[in-house]
Amino acid sequence: MKLNINGKSVDVTADPDMPLLWALRDVLGLTGTKFGCGAGFCGACTVQLDGEPVRGCQTPVSAVGTAKITTIEGLSASAWGRKLQDAWVALDVPQCGYCQAGQLLAAEALLRTTPKPTDADIDAAMSGNICRCATYTRIRAAIKQAAAA
Amino acid sequence: MKASRRDILKAGVLAGGGLSLGLQFAGGAKASVPGALSAFVIIDPTGSIRITAHQPEIGQGVRTSFPMMIAEELDVDWAQVTVVPAPGNRQVYGVQLAGGSSATPTQFERMRRLGAGARAMLVQAAANAWGVPAGEITTGSAMLHHKASGRSARYADMAEAAASIAPPKPESLTLKDPAQFRILGTRIGGVDNRALVTGKPLFGIDTRLPGMVYAAFAKSPVFGGKLKSANRAAALAVPGVKGLINVAERRDLKTQIDVGLPGIEVLPEGIAVLATSTWAALKGCDALACVWEGGDAAFQSTAAWEAAAAKAFKEGPQKPGYMNHGNAPAKMATAAKKVTADYSYPFLAHAALEPINATAHVKGDKAELWLSTQTPEDARRMVALALGLKVEDVTIHLMRSGGGFGRRLMNDFAVEAAVIAKAAGVPVKLQWDRAQDFAHDWLRPGGWHKLEAGLDEKGDIIAWHDHFVSFGADGALNPTAVIDGSLFPSGVIKDFRADVTVLPIASTLGWLRAPINNAFAFVTQGFIDDCAIAAGRDPLEYRRGVLGSPRAIPIAEEFSGETGEAMKGTPYNTGRMRGVLDKAAAMAGWGRKLPSRRGLGIAFHFSHLGYFANVVEASVANDGAVKVHHVWVAADIGKHIVNLSGAENQVQGSVIDALGAALGQKITFADGAVEQKNYGDFHLARMDIAPAVDVAFLSTDYPTTGLGEPAYPSLAPALAGAIYQATGKRLRTLPLDTSQLTA
Repeated sequence: MKLNINGKSVDVTADPDMPLLWALRDVLGLTGTKFGCGAGFCGACTVQLDGEPVRGCQTPVSAVGTAKITTIEGLSASAWGRKLQDAWVALDVPQCGYCQAGQLLAAEALLRTTPKPTDADIDAAMSGNICRCATYTRIRAAIKQAAAA
Repeated sequence: MKASRRDILKAGVLAGGGLSLGLQFAGGAKASVPGALSAFVIIDPTGSIRITAHQPEIGQGVRTSFPMMIAEELDVDWAQVTVVPAPGNRQVYGVQLAGGSSATPTQFERMRRLGAGARAMLVQAAANAWGVPAGEITTGSAMLHHKASGRSARYADMAEAAASIAPPKPESLTLKDPAQFRILGTRIGGVDNRALVTGKPLFGIDTRLPGMVYAAFAKSPVFGGKLKSANRAAALAVPGVKGLINVAERRDLKTQIDVGLPGIEVLPEGIAVLATSTWAALKGCDALACVWEGGDAAFQSTAAWEAAAAKAFKEGPQKPGYMNHGNAPAKMATAAKKVTADYSYPFLAHAALEPINATAHVKGDKAELWLSTQTPEDARRMVALALGLKVEDVTIHLMRSGGGFGRRLMNDFAVEAAVIAKAAGVPVKLQWDRAQDFAHDWLRPGGWHKLEAGLDEKGDIIAWHDHFVSFGADGALNPTAVIDGSLFPSGVIKDFRADVTVLPIASTLGWLRAPINNAFAFVTQGFIDDCAIAAGRDPLEYRRGVLGSPRAIPIAEEFSGETGEAMKGTPYNTGRMRGVLDKAAAMAGWGRKLPSRRGLGIAFHFSHLGYFANVVEASVANDGAVKVHHVWVAADIGKHIVNLSGAENQVQGSVIDALGAALGQKITFADGAVEQKNYGDFHLARMDIAPAVDVAFLSTDYPTTGLGEPAYPSLAPALAGAIYQATGKRLRTLPLDTSQLTA
């Protein structure tokens, strides 16, 4: 099947049931999207389909169709994505860093629809993404900094 | 016997921390790499300045903070430095261990001397070249200057000559006056941050090798269970599954060094599924539909343990007088008032976000592994033992860990991957799923405390008595469940007695962030609140009384503190604790008037050489829901903060992590196995519960110590205190049952 990943058309040979997470990581070698729980609880595998954040572990690769997939490897193509990446680096957000790809994909979708998010907006948009190191204080600050940039 | 972790860490510190600089300078890198002044500092003629980061990075920031220590004394600008990772190799790099918040206290001085030694070699090379005394040469920003003759050179120009100069003796080196620090104490972002936000492969799980197959490993959820049946044909029919490997149980494999939990077998029996993707391997595992029976741990159940603890409290301890300082019974008899309370806390899992994995390639008598581990040398020795190889024939590629929290001190996964890869004959990436991560964790043990305190007429505590019930084997507490002289109130309250009852467990117990302390602080600080309330006194003022005059109290000889030798002999300094207590109270505005059902709580705790106090402001809704609005933390970890940015991040993260644990984390057992399967039934902190966390570091004239753990323990008791102030109800069991708080 063909997938549109980060603006490129890519041929993928995979079991139709295979979650997009594993097609990206194991079949295509795009390991920036992370396996966390495999059940939709943690958000580590967050990617965007046509700009909407979805759980890569809960999305069969056959269900993607012609939707445009954005992964962390392609986030820099978005102006909001670049602002968020810069804010993440400037505020030294990561500790272990494992969740941050999913956090960034969720945050980019938030800012694109809500460019000046309130704390409540951030809580609502980001509470599906676990940071096991609990860097939430800085994630919140970095989203606000990117919004102001 | 208890305490093996101290002895083991002691061995580690002696073997590695005590390595002379000479050996480091003669280390592996020097022979083959031009401009290698040591295994840690390589300056090549193009001007690139490479500093080795040898410590395992699990999110505590060592890949940044340790090179900062070297760069400061090398006298280069941080922007000039490229940090390069090291493989796991104790012979070359010394101790490589992410555990016990021990890295900074045991290696800070050594890292600085490595930088200063390389600088001295460069200075000497310039002195030789220019025919001037070394003492007249100054440095800065990777440049050498001789003012009198007006000469200057880049480090790069002198590196080749410097590399051939005999390394100086470490004790001959002069370290910078801290007033001259330009890197240490500033805010430096993590060296991998840009790679992290662009999705570059850094973690063990990201490893991909030519010809690699993916593996999952079906094993009994009950520790020690045996395979009764499996549907191998169904597994082989899953598209992408390439083969099955039977793995036999091994009970002769012991942890080697650094871990402190010797004598635990690590390789269970089971079936490994090899496949063309992780997904196919995990599906194949499910298709096996393994049926297991028996197991050492089959007897385990939370309900039975709770009943056993209640029975012990009713009928008396197994080991009366396990610890005895002074004469608590006699003092208790003279008390004007007695206070009693029961506290308890559950088993906890580590639940690191990167699920357990390991990649291995075994070729003949050599093995190569790519690991997210906190103890690479232990992994190396474990794998050598399991495969019958020489330690030097096992190579460990030390990958970034997607969280450790103590789970990756253990290397059971490395052994599994190595054994499976040997049988497979090709590179294998072994992946556990989240349910296996919970089922086969090395858990923080639960425990119960029945406490009694005697108060004098003023309400001050004159005697403290604890009946501690926790877990172990053969009648001895597990090293992760000790009560000993390193733990408050031992030493601070002179007349202290602890009785002990040991409940049997067969499942694996381990170290979880601020082990032992993460449970005891809730108990001891909560009970101080109980005593303050019984005495009719303010919790802050009461704590000042408990600490008393500033003094250094030697830690009793039973000390088995898991921070190891670096901590031994370090007294409990009541003055330092008073300092952070007063600071946290001032930051929070302790004593201010709050609206109805809103309260402040305060607690302090010493662990991992760090003095911490925090104040929590929380409100309780009429339905019992608890909201934490703000936490103020005061910390004393000595004279220097290595990296202010990383340090604040550690403290804020520890506090919010601890909040998640206090509100929603509990591991329970039924039919011998862990009941929790995923984050849906084990609740980590999320964005919507994260409060603002203000952090203040007090700079005191003591050695710099570590930060991965000691901010964690004092959060839960301060939260319980805030809830009490808000509602008049004291919750003494973790996680906090907020359904008791309805208005």
